Amino acid sequence: MTCPILELKDLNKAYDALQVTRNLSLKVLPGEIHAVIGPNGAGKTTLIGQISGATPSDSGQVLFGGTNVTGWSVAERAKAGLGRTFQITAILPEFTVLENVALGVQAHEGHSFRFFRNAARDQDLNEKAASILTEVGLADRASLRAGNLSHGEKRMLELALALAGEPKLLVLDEPMAGTGPEETARLIEILLAVKQRCPMLLVEHDMDAVFKLADRISVLVYGEIIASGAPDEIRADPKVREAYLGEEELA
Amino acid sequence: MTGSLLKNTILPLALFAALALVPAYADVFDDRFVLLFFTRILVFAIVAISLDFILGLGAMVSFGHAAYIGFGAYAVAILSEHDIWEAWISFPLAVAAGGLFALITGAISLKTRGVYFIMITLAFGQMAYFTATSLSAYGGDDGLTMWGRSELFGTGLFTGDASFYYLVFGVLAAAYLLLRTFAASRFGRVLKGAKQSEPRLEAMGIDPYRYRLAAYVIAGMIASVAGALMANQSEFVSPAYMSWHRSGELIVMVILGGLGSLHGAILGTIAYMVLEEVLSGYSEHWRLVFGPLLILVVLYGRGGLMGLIPGQIGRQSRGEADQ
Amino acid sequence: MSVTLLAVQTLNGLQLGILLFLIAAGLTLVFGVMDFINLAHGVQYMLGAYLAVACYQLTGSFWLAVTLALIAALICGLLLEFLVFRHLYNRDHLDQVLATFGVILFLNEAVKVLWGAAPLSLPVPELLDGSIQLMANFAYPVFRIALIVTGLAVAVLLYVLVTKTRIGMLVRAGATNPEMVAALGINIRRLFMLVFGFGAMLAGFAGIMAAPILSVEPGMGDNLLILAFVVIVIGGIGSIRGAFLAALIIGLVDTLGRSFATDIARVLLPPAAANDVGPAIASMLIYILMAGVLFFRPSGLFPVRSA
Repeated sequence: MTCPILELKDLNKAYDALQVTRNLSLKVLPGEIHAVIGPNGAGKTTLIGQISGATPSDSGQVLFGGTNVTGWSVAERAKAGLGRTFQITAILPEFTVLENVALGVQAHEGHSFRFFRNAARDQDLNEKAASILTEVGLADRASLRAGNLSHGEKRMLELALALAGEPKLLVLDEPMAGTGPEETARLIEILLAVKQRCPMLLVEHDMDAVFKLADRISVLVYGEIIASGAPDEIRADPKVREAYLGEEELA
Repeated sequence: MTGSLLKNTILPLALFAALALVPAYADVFDDRFVLLFFTRILVFAIVAISLDFILGLGAMVSFGHAAYIGFGAYAVAILSEHDIWEAWISFPLAVAAGGLFALITGAISLKTRGVYFIMITLAFGQMAYFTATSLSAYGGDDGLTMWGRSELFGTGLFTGDASFYYLVFGVLAAAYLLLRTFAASRFGRVLKGAKQSEPRLEAMGIDPYRYRLAAYVIAGMIASVAGALMANQSEFVSPAYMSWHRSGELIVMVILGGLGSLHGAILGTIAYMVLEEVLSGYSEHWRLVFGPLLILVVLYGRGGLMGLIPGQIGRQSRGEADQ
Repeated sequence: MSVTLLAVQTLNGLQLGILLFLIAAGLTLVFGVMDFINLAHGVQYMLGAYLAVACYQLTGSFWLAVTLALIAALICGLLLEFLVFRHLYNRDHLDQVLATFGVILFLNEAVKVLWGAAPLSLPVPELLDGSIQLMANFAYPVFRIALIVTGLAVAVLLYVLVTKTRIGMLVRAGATNPEMVAALGINIRRLFMLVFGFGAMLAGFAGIMAAPILSVEPGMGDNLLILAFVVIVIGGIGSIRGAFLAALIIGLVDTLGRSFATDIARVLLPPAAANDVGPAIASMLIYILMAGVLFFRPSGLFPVRSA
């Protein structure tokens, strides 16, 4: 069996009396997209916080590429190759689109205590950034101020920023949130291409997108994973139908 | 693009060219006052650009920046009291003292955010201020008079009116170029990025804390150089150099000019000090005019003086500055 | 250091703490609810004192002067809100700092033009004149005791207002989550104006109370403003409870520090050095305290707004 790129072991997190993550264990294997779905309030945002390092866990372990990173900070985990996107777009609005991605490339290339060379004229940074922009279809927006992009374009830039770090794992927090059908289709296409080099943990509400992308799906309800398996198994699982889908039928 | 060329290249060039001509003007019109006044303005301009470097680029609103003027000034004055006049001893010492203070206080202050940062830097500024008042061997509250100026290998650089002006001008130009280079470097990009979205930088693998601290120390060291020059300029130092009023004025100068461009801070300093000088020439109650003027600048002249010039930089939103 | 001196200085410390609380309460509410940094809050305190003196000169009655000055302070506050501050709520903190700094410059100077630069004073009313014997050989002025008691009463009133009334509930909600309050259809403008006027009145009230015991002069609010900021930062911005506790701590630490630091320094240092170091340490004490508090609790003792 191959070593999982991400492994969560018995994670717990409580806010006062409210247990938001309960003995949660989960694996992301190389080459796969593992989707986490669940109704609102299931603890998806907290889970992402625990994986990225923004939210400390009460107990349990986060193993990244076989290394225990439980005590690591957000920046340390990112540096080790854990890339993420934010549910609420977190781009750098005053920079141009190219500068945004160039900063991501720069961060990946090591420390930034470089005081003298002009960063805007750094060919190496700019070329790498431009190629990532081409991949997400933002090449013609490169010199625009990022704050002036449309919402859908900002979502693409969000993904580009995560890709700039050449991540070993991408954690995607509702990448389709607020995007139109065409943009969603483009995003799915791009993610399938990215999947060739980088496994993903996908948290998403858009079921169409999840079933198109995911190799495995885990269903999170009240901080617990109640079912985990291939899309077809999940579709058929009575527990899932009851707890998550209710009476509703899946398309 | 032309607006940005005007703003970031032509304007600073014109500004420095005009400042370089001040001694010639003073010579032709036999106006010593203008020369001395502008020497003083340029010293403050050095402090202002160092503050703009952390405030404008990094959104670190330091309310204790005047303390570094004090460190530089006292280093020179105290050494002179012990009959050490050589600038190659006193200036490096001034920079080291200011840098060390910035390193220690910055390391603590940068753990806080927003208004808490403003207030904790004020607290450290006040500590420096009261330390100076307690130096009774060096004048305490009353300050310390220097019986001369620094020397540099017997050149008399500090003594002549014009030569001292050019020295200050040179330091300002050097500091400006240095900070501008830093601002455009990878380091500067991290600083500007951290101001816009800290979570994003962390997700990229950058911990902004160390970069902010480095910027804070750089700014403190440059302000200390200005302090060392100020001691020479007035041949007197006192705790008043580091009062919180002074720190407040510095912030006003920087905002008045427009944040983040560095030469905006120079413009702001000139505008503030010239306006103060001119208005106070008309009436002792010049603040009656100056106060409302400030309010009007804020309400109607967004982006400070730099915002009045068409182009991109000064017009950009400052909404994120406090987050 | 005798027991009497300690007792006197403790009472003086309380009195400073009460004054600070009256100023800080308005400041912390305005800041907490509106996210507005008002540097001009200190000059509103000064205005209160001047208005009291002016009203006294007009009417010759202390009590009438207090009432009129209080109303005038409220009007001045609302006027400032209408003319300047209202246009700054949506601006970033730096704009607010700059504009309110302008207000300080203007009002300090205006006061100088109207009443002159020389310090004025307000006589203590007959009813509160004299001292009471609190212990053997220890008398304390009645007015100062009245000040402490009034201040405590205002604190209680404020506490009830903020915790038990609907307006208070809105104010607290506004401090924790302004967007939510606005989203609930509350007229946030009116709430802001109310809070602002109330804060201005409290600061003015502090000025009125201080007028008989401190000299009334231009710039008298500047140093108190800084102290009030120290108070709200230690207490946690937006927290009345925090402001109250921090105000008393700062009042006591500052007053007792100034009286006894040199004596304490003498125990550790040679006399000459102690005479130097003592006063400096005393002046620094509250700032050291603030830096210490922020080091361990970066959002003050009673943080209100989450992250």
